[in-house]
Amino acid sequence: MRFFRLIFANLFRKKLRLMLTIGSFAVALFLFAFLAVVKDAFGHGADVANANRLVTINRVSIIQPLPLSYGDRIRAIPGVQAVTHDNWFGGVYQDERNFFPQFVIDPQNQRTVYPELIVPEDQWKNFLRDRQGAIAGARTAARFGWKVGDRIPIRGVIWGAGAWEFNLDGIYHGKSPKDDETQFWFQWDYFTEHVPDRVKGLVGWYTVKLNSPDDALRVSKAIDTQFANSPYETKTETESAFAASWVKQFGNIEFLILTIGTVVFFTLLLVTGNTMAISVRERTNELGVLKAIGFSDGRVLLFVLAESLLIALIGGVFGLLLAMGAIPVLGTALNGLLPNLVLSKAMLGLGIAFALSVGFCAGLLPGIGAMRLRVINALRRV
Amino acid sequence: MVSVTNVGNSSALIQVRGLNKTYRHGSEMIQVLQGLNLDVDKGDFIAFMGPSGSGKSTLLNLLGGLDVPTAGTISIGSDELTHMSSSKLTQWRARHVGFVFQMYNLIPVLTAYQNVELPLLLTRLSKSERRQHVETALSIVGLTERLDHFPRQLSGGQEQRVAIARAIVSDPTYLLCDEPTGDLDRKSADEIMALIIELVDKHGKTVLMVTHDPVVAGRAHTVLHLDKGVLVEGSNFRQDAMAGGGA
Repeated sequence: MRFFRLIFANLFRKKLRLMLTIGSFAVALFLFAFLAVVKDAFGHGADVANANRLVTINRVSIIQPLPLSYGDRIRAIPGVQAVTHDNWFGGVYQDERNFFPQFVIDPQNQRTVYPELIVPEDQWKNFLRDRQGAIAGARTAARFGWKVGDRIPIRGVIWGAGAWEFNLDGIYHGKSPKDDETQFWFQWDYFTEHVPDRVKGLVGWYTVKLNSPDDALRVSKAIDTQFANSPYETKTETESAFAASWVKQFGNIEFLILTIGTVVFFTLLLVTGNTMAISVRERTNELGVLKAIGFSDGRVLLFVLAESLLIALIGGVFGLLLAMGAIPVLGTALNGLLPNLVLSKAMLGLGIAFALSVGFCAGLLPGIGAMRLRVINALRRV
Repeated sequence: MVSVTNVGNSSALIQVRGLNKTYRHGSEMIQVLQGLNLDVDKGDFIAFMGPSGSGKSTLLNLLGGLDVPTAGTISIGSDELTHMSSSKLTQWRARHVGFVFQMYNLIPVLTAYQNVELPLLLTRLSKSERRQHVETALSIVGLTERLDHFPRQLSGGQEQRVAIARAIVSDPTYLLCDEPTGDLDRKSADEIMALIIELVDKHGKTVLMVTHDPVVAGRAHTVLHLDKGVLVEGSNFRQDAMAGGGA
């Protein structure tokens, strides 16, 4: 504590340089937080995937449908607890920028397969009674200011043009903050009444709930074997594998983000390392004086490291605060395209750790240089 | 009493025996100090003079534990410097040596008070005890009104006073002054010398000083000349002054 004044005095010696270095940290940490949040949002599906669930899609592609009749046959396989089916609706609410995922659901099995998405009992009962009923996630409802009882018109795109009218009967919430609260569900019966005959009785994919995750491999093999050599062959995988392969369609996001992150890390390391090296070189003489009057080599190293870590901490906190303010704005601007742009506490902690590790590495070499300075050589420099 | 023979007195505060210092310059070996002997008693004030390259600053660095000799021994009281490790020597310096440099060497981002307090940060003294020591040191050098001034707000003479206060604040065994007036005008130099003499005469400090200025050296009790790394006895000004009835 008694050395804080000396460390702070040295830190604020060149205010412009200090501000610029802190600024570099702030920008880098902002970028770090942003990339981490985007990576998290892309990987969100895999994160929340339930180990008890399998997803069965058409072997050719997810955009190819599967027959409705498969549901009962999958349900009959030992180890399967429940099966539900979904279709991607892909309609437009008011404007194409107002994106949110819309699913045609199987009301009988939806809540059994997805118990983490909670709808109040009375609202669910109303939904079941209402052929044009719909349930919206809390975030989507909040985004558009919807409340239960509202009439929601959605323009069809994939399944024939024209307005589809829905009654908002309920709003669901996720059990955990990571659960997706942006979806919009409506009933299979209403959907199948309005689609062209050629697509009637076809679903997008099945989600299978297992009795035990240990059955995943056996059941997925059993499903795919059962429908092998049929006009609608299937591909079954765990929900997390499905989510991961979905993300891969966008390219290797993780690699891209890691590459950018690594470049940022090393650039920041060079900028800060250079700043610290200049800062130490400028006061070689003063370091010599400190050593002459009895400050040990280790203490001199600690002073340099403390300065570097303080710069990193201040810049890091500033950058993360900036990110905390900007990410929700960004989420709104993206119109729900990436539904889970959340800067979690773990990510903030990781950001601080990232900043401190850069600060430590940047201060280490100049600090060791300062530590190894011979007093008589240092005192000669003016 | 100062002696430069190798039979000096064993009760001397500083005892230097057979001191050699050699530097390597490329393939050439340069001998800076050659078999130097010296005894300094407590309360002595010695000025080292000599041409550039004669080894004055090297001797001061060795006496201050900033450098290690190639051969020979330096004993300060019961401590043998030449056998100490680098870290031990650093701790020893903090307790026993006060440094005054030609260019003052104050930390520019610290106030006069904070500069003087620096050596005390290495002690176990409390904040209030440190304050007491710093204020005492600054009052001795006559700068109690400038506690909160930064070095850039002080004159050269005042900066050197702060440096002297920093050197004496931890009550070291002896002071090493390397050209303490070299960067000052005559008036300021006289004031600094008056202060150093006061430290010796009134506070009983032992002072070893390097200078090029014969006038400044003339204020010391003893002047020793270094020539090509060999110490030759000079004049004992105090004894001369006592014999002659004035300095």
